[in-house]
Amino acid sequence: MSDCRRQWNREDELPVYLAGPISSGPNQRKSYGMFSSVEGAFDSKTIDFDSYAVGRKGSRTPRSRSRERILDSGDPVEKTPGDAREGSQTNSTGEIDGTGTERGKSLLQGGDGIKLLDGRLLIKGGRVVNDDQSFYADVFIEDGLIMQVGENLVAPAGVKVIEANGRMIIPGGIDVNTCLMKPYLDTQPVDDFLQGTKAALAGGTTMIIDHVTPQPEGSLLEAFERWQEAADKKACCDYSLHVDIPKWNETVKDELEMLVQDKGVNSFQVFMAYNDLYQMTDSELYAALSFLKELGAVVLVHAENGDLVAKEQRKILGMGITGPEGHPLSHPEELEAEAVFRAITLGNRVNCPVYITKVMSKSAADTIAQARRKGSVVFGEPITASLATDGSHYWSKNWAKAAAYVTSPPLSPDPTTLDHLHTLLACGDLQVVGSSHCAYSTSQKAIGRDDFTLIPEGVNGVEERMGFVWDKAVAMGKMDENQFVAVTSTNAAKIFNLYPRKGRIAAGSDADIVIWDPDSVKTITAKLQQSAAEYNIFEGLECRGGPALVLSQGQIVYEGGKLQVQQGTGRFIPRKPFPDFAYQRVKFRNQVKNSQGVTRGMYDGPVYEVPSMPKYITPSPSAKTSPTSHQPPPIRNLHQSNFSLSGAQIDDNVPRRSGHRIVAPPGGRSNITSLG
Amino acid sequence: MFAPPTWPRFHLLLSHLSDKGFSQPLFFLLISSSSPIRSLVSSMSERRFCQEDDCSSLLSRLGSDSPRPRMKFGGMFCNVEGAFENKTLNFESFSPQTQRRRTAPTQTGGQDGGDAATGRTMVFPSGTTRESYGKREVQSAAGKEVLGDRLIIKGGKIVNDDQSFYADIYIEDGTVRQIGENLIIPPGVKTVDAYGQLVIPGGIDANTNLHVPQKGLNPADDFYQGTRAALCGGTTTIIDHVLVEPGVSLLSAFDQSRETAEQRACCDFSFHLDITRWHEGLYEELETLVKDQGVNSFLFFMAYKDKYQSSDSQLYEAFGVLRDLGAIAQVHAENGDIIDEEQKKLLSLGITGPEGHVLSHPEEVETEAVYRAITIAKQANCPLYITKVMSKSAADVIAKARKKGIVVYGEPITASLATDGSQYWSKDWATAAAFVMSPPINPDPSTPQYLTSLLACGDLQVTSSAQASFSTAQKAVGKDDFTLIPEGTNGIEERLSVVWDRAVSTGKMDENEFVAVTSTNAAKLFNIYPRKGRIAVGSDADIVIWNPKEMKTVSATTHNLTVEVNILEGLEFRGVPTVVISGGQVVVEDGKLSVTEGSGRFVPRKAFPDFVYRRIKARSKMAEARGVPRGNYDGPVHDVISMTKSVPPTPTTRGPTCPKIVTGPRNLHQSGFTLAGAQIDDHIPRRSTQRIVAPPGGRSNITSLS
Repeated sequence: MSDCRRQWNREDELPVYLAGPISSGPNQRKSYGMFSSVEGAFDSKTIDFDSYAVGRKGSRTPRSRSRERILDSGDPVEKTPGDAREGSQTNSTGEIDGTGTERGKSLLQGGDGIKLLDGRLLIKGGRVVNDDQSFYADVFIEDGLIMQVGENLVAPAGVKVIEANGRMIIPGGIDVNTCLMKPYLDTQPVDDFLQGTKAALAGGTTMIIDHVTPQPEGSLLEAFERWQEAADKKACCDYSLHVDIPKWNETVKDELEMLVQDKGVNSFQVFMAYNDLYQMTDSELYAALSFLKELGAVVLVHAENGDLVAKEQRKILGMGITGPEGHPLSHPEELEAEAVFRAITLGNRVNCPVYITKVMSKSAADTIAQARRKGSVVFGEPITASLATDGSHYWSKNWAKAAAYVTSPPLSPDPTTLDHLHTLLACGDLQVVGSSHCAYSTSQKAIGRDDFTLIPEGVNGVEERMGFVWDKAVAMGKMDENQFVAVTSTNAAKIFNLYPRKGRIAAGSDADIVIWDPDSVKTITAKLQQSAAEYNIFEGLECRGGPALVLSQGQIVYEGGKLQVQQGTGRFIPRKPFPDFAYQRVKFRNQVKNSQGVTRGMYDGPVYEVPSMPKYITPSPSAKTSPTSHQPPPIRNLHQSNFSLSGAQIDDNVPRRSGHRIVAPPGGRSNITSLG
Repeated sequence: MFAPPTWPRFHLLLSHLSDKGFSQPLFFLLISSSSPIRSLVSSMSERRFCQEDDCSSLLSRLGSDSPRPRMKFGGMFCNVEGAFENKTLNFESFSPQTQRRRTAPTQTGGQDGGDAATGRTMVFPSGTTRESYGKREVQSAAGKEVLGDRLIIKGGKIVNDDQSFYADIYIEDGTVRQIGENLIIPPGVKTVDAYGQLVIPGGIDANTNLHVPQKGLNPADDFYQGTRAALCGGTTTIIDHVLVEPGVSLLSAFDQSRETAEQRACCDFSFHLDITRWHEGLYEELETLVKDQGVNSFLFFMAYKDKYQSSDSQLYEAFGVLRDLGAIAQVHAENGDIIDEEQKKLLSLGITGPEGHVLSHPEEVETEAVYRAITIAKQANCPLYITKVMSKSAADVIAKARKKGIVVYGEPITASLATDGSQYWSKDWATAAAFVMSPPINPDPSTPQYLTSLLACGDLQVTSSAQASFSTAQKAVGKDDFTLIPEGTNGIEERLSVVWDRAVSTGKMDENEFVAVTSTNAAKLFNIYPRKGRIAVGSDADIVIWNPKEMKTVSATTHNLTVEVNILEGLEFRGVPTVVISGGQVVVEDGKLSVTEGSGRFVPRKAFPDFVYRRIKARSKMAEARGVPRGNYDGPVHDVISMTKSVPPTPTTRGPTCPKIVTGPRNLHQSGFTLAGAQIDDHIPRRSTQRIVAPPGGRSNITSLS
């Protein structure tokens, strides 16, 4: 296994996102390449899929694909792109046919409610908006794939035609941060994969990447399989999975390798917060980042200084503040910014791409922007909540409302935060919009009614995500429609190696398409939402722009405010490691960054004798997990308490006998032989 | 000729005049026609002020918080007519804790015997000790023939951090007694000629390690060698670090260092304490140190993993305690975790030479830690002092934090201001090893210039040397493994010259700022101002006569340290001290050093330095979070087994920080072990009660545990 991995690493040219067209020589280059706007380009606006390794072989048979890939990895280096090229011209139709039959199955299952012939569909007269350009074209869809993009396509008989009437046709949104099954104590979010994906589709999001959150002692693989099983049964849109790493140790490494190479997971989350639960020390983070970089994974970081959060929480509770306002008070903005800074520093040292989840404050966003200016490979993800509302509601008199906003890092109470984040998003300093959707009901939140630290953390936002980006950024003139597509879908697809299968409207891409209506105005309210939670943190906000029609896998799932979904139609989308968008720079830096020693003659001068150092008996605390954080006083179990007889004592100067024989201990003799 | 009247009679005249209601300026006006009288009067009025300040002195209230309107005459920064004739400071009014200040000199007096007579009294107290001051007055007045400690500096330009002016300085008993023109002085006083030169307060080096062993090795330059070098370079006060090894009592380490320094040091000294393992039990020792021993600054390490490194939690707790005590937190800011990993990586790559040191301590590791330290200090509302700012980005972080209003101070050192780290790649192992220190000297050659600029504009405040010199043989302990090389460079001697050459003679800084960054700021921060760091009546006579034009080339053959390699070898610096006066004694003159081992005195420092703590105090009042009064939530609550039974937090049991709890005393009844308050396993649901039927060890008949 590790052998395979090493070969893989060596094979730099594998899924090189631009390498295909360039390496294939002049005759291979098509005039309708990705960025060319030569005559006739729009007639057949397409992307040569097989030159991008992601969509290559077996991408329609996702489960087995990665294994094939590994077997392939022994191939001579030059062969890969060449093969791909041939395949693109000759085999592509055949391959699609093959997948078509497979897709047919799901069509048969889900075909009852939807009267479509063979799953063919033509969207006429729309403006196709990708992240790079917009153009008027028709889109022909068959078997869940986009078959053709061009002007004046003629539909075969019996094909359903959707008149777009000049409206925008955008790639379906990708929400890279949802927690639809994240357990808190023994409860699960009220929005499970069914509710959550329904809400996603209703908002124009056709793919989610959910977080697998294993328990600190649990196995990552098991948890992953549990999530996958649940999602296969329930999800209505395509999904993929991040895996959170709750603890760093040797066994985790094997599982990670398995996950990356066999399971199609290329992103893992590590925590700098949640003291004594998920938090990793800097040493562990360093080790984790080094290892994940070797695997070619993207590291997601929950960036908050957990040590200080714990201290602040205790302080705030000590002041008698137990309501939800204690949450933002104990998670000040600085702690987020500090952790972001540290995460970036670690990423730089290890030379590993770092993805900061949930950018909630101005200073954290600025830190990321500055690091990017210095060349760090770091990505930042603001979420719906931080882009659409602020943290003033934590001080609401209504406990349930205040509690609904509890998430970590908290929403910044600064009302100018959202504007700032939108600006950075528009100029590319932040790249991806997530939602961090994790909806708990009020009664679940009420677990923490006497202690804010017990309130389960999570806000809604999967449904409102696209709408608010449009409303606050595009409609305000900060962002254009192409950038809108980039931040809601394309960038995410690139970072997590789904591109161009997802995140683009091009021949060969999945038919996850949204017809976007920029003029619709909607007032957000919990009554009308798909999510099962009682509170919507955006309650009462008006939002311009929304999906008029949503296609997922070529099926119309949402039209005119009505949702038509089939439970379990969502597929797991595996993702390959070494996404080019994140790893190309890293690879080059690896080559450059080799440090070299100085060759000197041996030092032959006098050497001072080192007196033998007395070894301290005090257990050396490993960095962050110092004695105080490891064994926080006081502890109920006396055997683990910090009560200690070592070190200097107050009565050291009083001479005492070395041993005292206790003949009659108070309370009588005991016959306990072992305390373990 | 005018014969001066006998003292008592003249005195009578003075008090008569002031009784009549003559204001002081008028008084000067009256007698300014005759210059001998004028200077006599100025010295007399000085005396009068000392004796009668409780009723009539105009100066006594300055700087205090009293509602009396600010006096326009003789204030610290005002420039009114006649100000220079009586340029002085009222010491009492600068004392934030008057009672403490009063008791301190009595202590020192008691310890050192007849120190008062030789000018050892450190602070000018009022109340009880005013008498002793008066006594000394009488002594010196009576025994005019004892002239050993008297000195006049003539013709120089006095440079303080706020202004420069031409005046003579009269020094007696180790303190500055008079400043002005044409002073009347007793005959036979030694005159130091300062024509055409600057007279500046002696430098204060706020970071030296003359007695800090590393890996069991003592620095090659101890208190004697080090302070000699300091004096040669124009530094008259050092604040040395006391490294308290884990498990050692702070007080005993402090006492030991103080004792050594008192025997060996040739200039005044004070101490920072380096705390290597924080735990709550240190609180009492800290309190003793701050309140009784005159230590108000403590250093914590964010580097040296598994050895000295403190975690974020520990820092936060410690900072909270230091804030309550009124001390300054210092940090050695580097991310020890990353360094540790990088060191391992480099060693495994086969890099064992000194270049491995700089490769394993990259700039961003320093920057990250500075950022984190500032965040923690901000949260704990504690003033922070970053020792050894070595890189541009670290300095930028400090500058930016200051712009956001955070109370943080940055200290570049001689090495980072004068040279860069390219020598780490020197082919000569000994040269390369001599540069090894943490954080390392930055390889970027533009760093010194950049740091100098920030120093000039006030974004960095203090220069020090971080002097810790190890001989080549000592450094060679790490000849096969760079992680074993003892860390430290020289710089104590060159510090003032480096700053003058790099900042003042290049036009970045003026002479007043020069004084500020080399002495005044340090004195203010560490609360020895205005005793040190200023030339004013009543200040210690630590004075340097500075020749800004002379050049000097640094070389290990001519420097006053014992180490074989000087990291500034061959560099030429403009600006050298020509005369150095320490404690009223001329110790350097004409390039000759004449010091007495053990003549240095310990300078105690009070807690709550105003320069630092004014803002902190105001913020403590402001930064109180308040809860939202709400009705009780009475909706449904999700049932989490018995989760809802979890003990509701009782505010009283959770102290904000730790001060009351003492860890590890042997008496179990006083130990920190408690069952109350929040527990680590609170989130784990448990049965609310458990009936123990057969307790291990049999039933007891104890009915009450309290």
